[in-house]
Amino acid sequence: MTDHDHHHHEHDHSELSETELRVRALETILTEKGYVDPPALDAIIQAYETKIGPHNGARVVAKAWSDPAFKRALLEDGTKAVGTLGHVSRVGDHLVVVENTPQRHNMVVCTLCSCYPWEMLGLPPVWYKAAPYRSRAVKDPRGVLADFDVSLPNETEIRVWDSTAETRFLVLPMRPAGTEGWSEQQLAELVTRDSMIGTGFPKIPGAPS
Amino acid sequence: MDTAAARATSALPDIPCDAEGPVFREPWEAQAFAMALALHERGLFTWSEWAATLASEIKQAQAAGDPDTGETYYRHWLATLERLIAEKGVTTSETLHRYRAAWDHAADRTPHGTPIVLRPEDFD
Repeated sequence: MTDHDHHHHEHDHSELSETELRVRALETILTEKGYVDPPALDAIIQAYETKIGPHNGARVVAKAWSDPAFKRALLEDGTKAVGTLGHVSRVGDHLVVVENTPQRHNMVVCTLCSCYPWEMLGLPPVWYKAAPYRSRAVKDPRGVLADFDVSLPNETEIRVWDSTAETRFLVLPMRPAGTEGWSEQQLAELVTRDSMIGTGFPKIPGAPS
Repeated sequence: MDTAAARATSALPDIPCDAEGPVFREPWEAQAFAMALALHERGLFTWSEWAATLASEIKQAQAAGDPDTGETYYRHWLATLERLIAEKGVTTSETLHRYRAAWDHAADRTPHGTPIVLRPEDFD
């Protein structure tokens, strides 16, 4: 069974900050005049995808795995719980953390604008911004997951969360087996970006990265 | 770090970096960085030319009250991009403004969750 949660508001339109407008204007003009090639720019940017933003999603996940009280708080109110970690400058308006369990796997779509929690995850991957991912993730989440070599038991429900202007989602993946007694720092190393979008799993302890 | 980025960070030692190379506070900063890298590769300017323009942008901003905390580095970077491409005759500041307004219009009419795409009517 696939649930598709729509949280769209009818009059929700997109917003770009003054700075984003300037950057887009530049890129459009430079592209039209043949000075830059968008795929080449994307390639440069992707090289830094782990270097953008505070990138603290892995830390948040590792803490939730280690600290049941934090986990409860995180699932109750993501923005507030992440805020208690102190060093976080801005997590966005409304962060909802959804927990993976053996019964349910969560996956997040949307992402075309500021609704992606890049502060926690770094940059969205290029495929994530592509229209095909978005439409297929909604219609055929299992097929999309298969493309990522993620296969789930048939009885696991896949739930697709569609971000809105107000709400961003972060997937809390399941803690890998064999990590008993690990420190938060060790655990954080296992948390991949894709595992927090729901298109991957955390790394397996001891496996080559 | 690839070689183009390595050349940039050695020519411009103020670029915010960690041990491995440039770091960015927000996605647009990386976009602005990438555009400058691409234009430099095309030979539109040298890094010393860039550094001089950037220094003058920073000086102007500081005179206007910029806090100079390093957090605004890429704001100056963006201003430098805009200024240099106008100086090099790639475009004019009027055109830049027109495109900004068009993107603003495009964002306004685009429902959340759909790609924001420029259309000719956004320029009206």
